[in-house]
Amino acid sequence: MKGELAVKELLSGNEAIARGAYEYGVRLASAYPGTPSTEILEYIGERYPEIKAGWAPNEKVAVEVAAGAAYGGARALAAMKHVGLNVAADPFMTLSYTGVNGGLVLVVCDDPEMHSSQNEQDTRNYAKFGKVPCLEPSDSQEAKDLIGEALNISEKFDTPVIFRSTTRVSHSMSLVETGSRTEGTVELGLKKDPVKFVMLPAMARRKHPWVEQRMKDLAEYAETFSYNIVMEGSKSIGIIASGIAYQYAKEAIPEASFLKLGMVWPLPEKLIKKFAASVDRLVVIEELDPFFEEAIRLMGVKVEGKALTGMCGELSVEKIEVALKGKSSAESIGSIDAELPMRPPNMCPGCPHRASFTALKKHKLYVAGDIGCYTLGALPPLGMLDNCLCMGAGIGIASGLARSLGDLAKGKAVAVIGDSTFFHSGMTPLLELSYNGGATTVVILDNRTTAMTGAQHHPGTGFTLREDPTICVDLEKLCESFGFNSVRLVNPYNVKELDKVLAEELNTDGPSVIIARAPCALLKTGRILPDKPLYINTDNCTGCKSCINTGCPALEYVKEDRVVKGKKFKGYSKINQSLCVGCRTCFEVCKFNAIEEAS
Amino acid sequence: MSPDKIYNVLIVGVGGQGIILASDVLGRVAARHGYDVKKNEIHGMAQRGGSVSSHVRFGKKVNSPIIKAGEADVLLSFEQMETLRYFPFLAKNGQVILNDQKILPPAVFTGQQEYPAGIIEKIKEKAPKSVVVNGSEVAREIGNPKVINVIFLGILSQYLDIPANVYEDVLKESLKPKLVDINLKAFHKGRSLAS
Ligand SMILES: Cc1ncc(C[n+]2csc(CCOP(=O)(O)OP(=O)(O)O)c2C)c(N)n1
Ligand code: SF4
Ligand code: SF4
Repeated sequence: MKGELAVKELLSGNEAIARGAYEYGVRLASAYPGTPSTEILEYIGERYPEIKAGWAPNEKVAVEVAAGAAYGGARALAAMKHVGLNVAADPFMTLSYTGVNGGLVLVVCDDPEMHSSQNEQDTRNYAKFGKVPCLEPSDSQEAKDLIGEALNISEKFDTPVIFRSTTRVSHSMSLVETGSRTEGTVELGLKKDPVKFVMLPAMARRKHPWVEQRMKDLAEYAETFSYNIVMEGSKSIGIIASGIAYQYAKEAIPEASFLKLGMVWPLPEKLIKKFAASVDRLVVIEELDPFFEEAIRLMGVKVEGKALTGMCGELSVEKIEVALKGKSSAESIGSIDAELPMRPPNMCPGCPHRASFTALKKHKLYVAGDIGCYTLGALPPLGMLDNCLCMGAGIGIASGLARSLGDLAKGKAVAVIGDSTFFHSGMTPLLELSYNGGATTVVILDNRTTAMTGAQHHPGTGFTLREDPTICVDLEKLCESFGFNSVRLVNPYNVKELDKVLAEELNTDGPSVIIARAPCALLKTGRILPDKPLYINTDNCTGCKSCINTGCPALEYVKEDRVVKGKKFKGYSKINQSLCVGCRTCFEVCKFNAIEEAS
Repeated sequence: MSPDKIYNVLIVGVGGQGIILASDVLGRVAARHGYDVKKNEIHGMAQRGGSVSSHVRFGKKVNSPIIKAGEADVLLSFEQMETLRYFPFLAKNGQVILNDQKILPPAVFTGQQEYPAGIIEKIKEKAPKSVVVNGSEVAREIGNPKVINVIFLGILSQYLDIPANVYEDVLKESLKPKLVDINLKAFHKGRSLAS
């Protein structure tokens, strides 16, 4: 709803960020998906046609595209998860030197507790490292408002601005007053200004002192920034906090005095000292690193922090109550004694990755993994990945293993990588592998989407963010142009065929590529799954568990002593008819003709 | 009730059960009724059959979007075993509403571990007024398997202080016109099932 009236809507932090981009005149937005940031660009795509928006192949490109728009005077936004800024760190660090023209906001979403991430780095450090300001909202209303503030600060101080969110802000809903759109006021156009924008050493040398001065000016601005707020309460304890940590602390110790920071870098030294002087005990409540705590201690102010709350994982109201009051204020009904099996995420029934892993498993390989739904193949019963470092790392790791170990690894080490991850950061390592050689096989698990984060398009799907038709990269030709002469294309549901092709490619001396192509089982377009469930002929089932060990959630092992054709067995398999999509992976591994199509 | 009372509803189950949809409606209902609302759930990998929880909190002013252990007024669970996992979130006099369904996790369907036995008895021992309903059976009676969540929303509504017409309004607005009638029927069926 793009109402002219001020109305309150229940929005998630990510919806509010998208709304802020709309209301405060963003003209271009770019992103690569990553939890918990993904929905920001999705909402912009769905709701705000005024904003030019599209997926970038990775975060570095997203930041560069947004920088281009900002250089031209347009207000621009790039969004990513915390580790995305590692990928974009190179342009980011020097963008600080060139500055902008139109406002530029980099929305970076941290994931304390690693709900969906491989580490829990604290993005505030990047603001300090790159010498740029950083804002952080504590609810959806602030998420919307601070996008406007970030754009203003960016233009006023000629700097990119980091907008730090966290999982609990991005994915929590709260009420937001919405308004209408106002356009940015910077003049648009192709302005030549080499001294500002061409970072040759001579220019950059002049820029560095300018950056240092800008941070001083920003620190002064922070003293009166309207989202750095003092709330007077009890003199006995004063709490400094930002973001979701503020919300937890306010609920845990409502009687305390608070200094709530909306700008988390640079810090308002005078305000902090004044606040510190007004209370008997000063405590910083912050998630992850002791970022405020260390900076405040450097100011010569006595402060407590991490010794109370710890460095790892997310905070909570309970943790803060326990740290400052000794115990939680809630009285639980208690727990019920029972051994609870874990319920980890699992690949869907009919997932093409399960079929690929089922074929790979037969070869007893060392599998250099990567990130995507297929990372779930690391869990039992498949247990297929031997490492998973960061997006795009698998191919390079396989190359390093193959070349350093020689015969020890020959025919035994492979890399698996998803299609979206391949376009993100798999092409350059594939080039390295081809260029330098190394006897390993790369299996591209091409499920025609970015499934892990909820099925986003990428340059290999043929569609844009807004579902408009566009180019569709030909993976086979792309790999051929990298020097792989015989790229093998296989339908992974044909487990025996993939098994055979793997055996052939593992036997060659140089590097090779296999593309295992079948759309994600949740995709409606290009669907090749029959959506007709298979069933088990219990007269033939020996309970060998070959099908069970594919890990398909539509299969169930039933323990029951029984006799089949005069032989005794301890159990049999069953297929849940409402879950099975008929992918035939289990059929392909059954040696007893026990799996059949419904007649 | 104190005017500052914050209501805490924890909705749990397994990815794919429509938990987030149910909590979305509840959040909008509470906002429509004039409450400050916060709601949170973990997205992402949880969609792939993992354990899911959605926290809905409303009252005069809500800070944290997360319910803490011992604070939930209502634990609405769509799966038996998940009720046990989140049971310590329930307040001392809290209400359990349980969908009588089992979804087997990998360690169970692959025959490595047993699904815990006697869950409902154990819950009733600790929380005697728990309401247990077989959602798919009731939905089948109503004539559409997809209304399970709305049936439970109806049950839940009996334990909160927001009038039924607010739920009806929000349901009417958020559903396709042809689905409104059957969902209102499911909602009222749910209301009649609360003890
Ligand atoms: C630098 C970085 N950006 C984003 C992510 C989030 N992320 C992890 S895997 C992935 C893409 C997965 O797509 P694909 O490789 O096609 O595998 P699929 O999930 O489809 O199997 C994304 C976006 C991340 N972990 N790191
Ligand atoms: S979403 Fe698609 S790729 Fe991911 S596990 Fe399910 S079927 Fe596999
Ligand atoms: S055919 Fe077999 S492996 Fe495929 S979805 Fe059905 S039960 Fe699962």
